[in-house]
Amino acid sequence: MLNSQADIQLHNITVSINARNLFHNLNMTIAAGSWTALLGPSGVGKSMLLRVILGLVGQTAPLIIQCTGQVSHAGMSPLNTNLISFMAQRDLLFPWLNVCDNVTLGSRLRHGRFKGKKQRAVAKQQAYGLLDAVGMADHGDQMPASLSGGMAQRVALARTLAEDRPIVLMDEPFSALDAITRIKMQELSARLLKGRTVLMVTHDPLEALRLGHKVIVLNGAPAHPRAPLTPHGLPPRAVDDPIILEMQGTLLRQLAEASP
Amino acid sequence: MRIFRLTIITVGILLFWQAVVWISQAPAYILPTPHAVAIALIEKRSLLAQHGLVTLSEIIAGLILGTLCGAISALTMAHYRPLRHWLLPVLVISQAVPVFALAPVLVLWLGYGMASKIAMATLIIYFPVTATFLDGLRRTEPGWIDLAKTMSASPWSILINVRIPAALPSAASGLRVAAAVAPIGAIVGEWVGSSSGLGYLMLHANARMQIDVMFAALSILALIGVSLYFFMDGLLRRLLPWQPDDHHDLR
Repeated sequence: MLNSQADIQLHNITVSINARNLFHNLNMTIAAGSWTALLGPSGVGKSMLLRVILGLVGQTAPLIIQCTGQVSHAGMSPLNTNLISFMAQRDLLFPWLNVCDNVTLGSRLRHGRFKGKKQRAVAKQQAYGLLDAVGMADHGDQMPASLSGGMAQRVALARTLAEDRPIVLMDEPFSALDAITRIKMQELSARLLKGRTVLMVTHDPLEALRLGHKVIVLNGAPAHPRAPLTPHGLPPRAVDDPIILEMQGTLLRQLAEASP
Repeated sequence: MRIFRLTIITVGILLFWQAVVWISQAPAYILPTPHAVAIALIEKRSLLAQHGLVTLSEIIAGLILGTLCGAISALTMAHYRPLRHWLLPVLVISQAVPVFALAPVLVLWLGYGMASKIAMATLIIYFPVTATFLDGLRRTEPGWIDLAKTMSASPWSILINVRIPAALPSAASGLRVAAAVAPIGAIVGEWVGSSSGLGYLMLHANARMQIDVMFAALSILALIGVSLYFFMDGLLRRLLPWQPDDHHDLR
């Protein structure tokens, strides 16, 4: 997995919204098998970049969005080959399914309801294995409405893991959580997503530095990436690591320069 | 608790009714006492049951047909977007014609039997069911659809597994309205031309100054309406237990 073949390559990505360029010939490489954190001021187009990679651009009427360029992964468009899973800021759990069924949502959507007892039992067992990994095994029968924000986001993580795809895109996955829950979720995610190619959009410089093998700041209009920062050591890094705290200062300065 | 409250409300209405009779000294052919109506209910019970059953069947058939037609229209319009731009104006124009004004035409076309009443009830609930269900289908949380797309779900799968379940709470409000207005369609149909049903019985009794029978028919109609609403409400609650629910006022 660690050869550059498996990197995600963005070639000449140009996106315009209502004729205003968000990106112009943007080129970027997201290294395979590692965690890349993407920072930038609000509205710079971080989430849009995720949508470009996910292939979800162009469905948000009444805006006129045009998107050209190429996203490739081992020479193919990653979405068509079922390589990506996505985790959003909100848990996006389906309120009419219980926690366990939410975890197996992907196969439910692809194959319909599970046919046969055996298949259902296997799926359930897998789901409970993942729920156990995120510490939610006791809540499999509950409905999402009864979960706290942190618990719901753990289930969303289990759902992401259930897809078992090599690339995981995350859009501010922990920003709606309180500080302690957030730190726990960061550690859990770093452990469980190890070895996968992760691209995480975040607003939190500390989070980026704790989790990212590489931290990239996106700024300007049209937006372009600055030279990536590579903090020492392996993620998840300690919250009180002095080097991290020092780099946070550098990063905050970069971000402040970036915002108008 | 709910039954207790309903009993209190019913007794309250009866007391108020009796009080109006006492105070206004209205003659029995204008406003009969609850007692006289109760006697009519008991004495004419087989007649009332016979006509009540006809009206109830018309209402239920109308509810089923109207819900089916509404659901199919909403799904079609949600799925084929270009069609929506053509069908939605037609739907709104059709509502601009009062359904009551159509009643004589429907009786002319479909006859004095149950068909014209079922058509009335169907027509009167068609719009609320279609409009609320379509609204629900159009307002699916975009994040859910995006998530389903990243999970390689087909558009059909997204419709079945995401958009329809997500639209059900909205469709449920339409069905509650439908349960409340479907009896109106059936009764108006019966008034215009029929040989059976509670609406027919009321006109018939009115012409013969049997005001107590008229009120008895009216009370049965009220009973049908209230039961239908509670039945529908209970059914929807059971089917959609996950629906955020603030309206406990009827429990």
